[in-house]
Amino acid sequence: MRALRRFIDRMRAKSPWLLHFDCGSCNGCDIEILACLTPLYDVERFGVVHQGNPLHADLLVASGTVNPRNRKVLENLYAQMPAPKVVVAVGACGLSGGVFRDAYNVVGGIDRVIPVDVYVPGCPPRPEAIIDGVVLGLQKIARGGEGR
Amino acid sequence: MTAGALFVIVALAAGLGIGVISAGFDRILTARLQSRVGPPLLQPVYDVVKLALKEPLIVNAWQAFCACTTLAAAILAWVLFFLQSDLLLVFFVQAVGAVFLVVGALAAASPYSHIGAHRELLQMLAYEPLLILVFIGMYLETGSFRLEALFAWPKPLLLRLPFLFLVLAFALIVKMRKSPFDLSSCHHAHQELVRGVLTDYSGPLLALAEVAHWFEVALILGLFTLFWPDGGVGRFLLPVAAWLGVIAVDNLTSRANWRWMLGCAWGLGLGLAIVNLVWIR
Repeated sequence: MRALRRFIDRMRAKSPWLLHFDCGSCNGCDIEILACLTPLYDVERFGVVHQGNPLHADLLVASGTVNPRNRKVLENLYAQMPAPKVVVAVGACGLSGGVFRDAYNVVGGIDRVIPVDVYVPGCPPRPEAIIDGVVLGLQKIARGGEGR
Repeated sequence: MTAGALFVIVALAAGLGIGVISAGFDRILTARLQSRVGPPLLQPVYDVVKLALKEPLIVNAWQAFCACTTLAAAILAWVLFFLQSDLLLVFFVQAVGAVFLVVGALAAASPYSHIGAHRELLQMLAYEPLLILVFIGMYLETGSFRLEALFAWPKPLLLRLPFLFLVLAFALIVKMRKSPFDLSSCHHAHQELVRGVLTDYSGPLLALAEVAHWFEVALILGLFTLFWPDGGVGRFLLPVAAWLGVIAVDNLTSRANWRWMLGCAWGLGLGLAIVNLVWIR
């Protein structure tokens, strides 16, 4: 039984499908996230595939500040992802609202709306840091079994 | 009885093996052509096991039924092929599987799923006539639709049906959903309307659809072996050559629109097929 459990966790950790959502970022973080998929970093080595469909995703990588408009979209995307799922917040804005945190239309970071598992700081973070964050998230899936 | 059951198990294992290796090598080869390393060979297995164990978010019972039927038909078509049954029977069974995937996508309410389903229907409109013409060509040459007779045919069919070989390769591109004919669903998020025909299949249902796709690809690759008599290396080389050609075309071209696809399939594909059929008569 434990061997089966380990096998399942291994399969989950080896096939993370990623959904990328830009809440309201300046695109700096998004360019770095997409850089992870280029030949230089090639995260497909680890089975990471960029998905356009929340129903197929295991990881939600979100960047940028949340505002009252896009919080519904963010909640909707998160709700559509089947468990186990992990959320990785990328960049200063995604973490806390960054330099925009006091703006009248800013709700704050991603974790004000949905539960965040991994925080990747930086403005923007380097692709290596984002890959690190994704790996941490995967460990969470592998360790927790059911995740969230 | 036992021998029969054993043969079916061997058929299932062979179908799974061919499907996994085809999908795995495809991803590695494509990555290498883009100066990347690419995922491990067994990545499709990891993906399917993970999907099968995800939380089932089933849109409605119809879709679940359709996903199961797609898989059952794909497996049945492959096993019938492996047991050397009738070519026409194999054709109709695989068509049932393809249709049920579309019906399942149409059973969901999502407009993206519907667009994907309509595009998948167009793809079927492109490759199904080509497949049937290839079978007719084989019948005209050998006088039989029985796979037993076709497998035992002593002369290379490739030399008599070269254009039909190309037509079957064309059908393989459409069936594998490869560029330029990946209209209904492609592997890359950046050029897809959500996920095309597979949009509303998720978790275990997507795993079923994926495994069904492996068997479908194995079946079409298996058809290429008919072009060479038993005992020759050609029986192994022909499907590999066709597969490599499809991956090369996939990496060299970008997506075409559906008019272009139907124009190519019906103009070039049917044209080549008819020239070959007239020639052998």
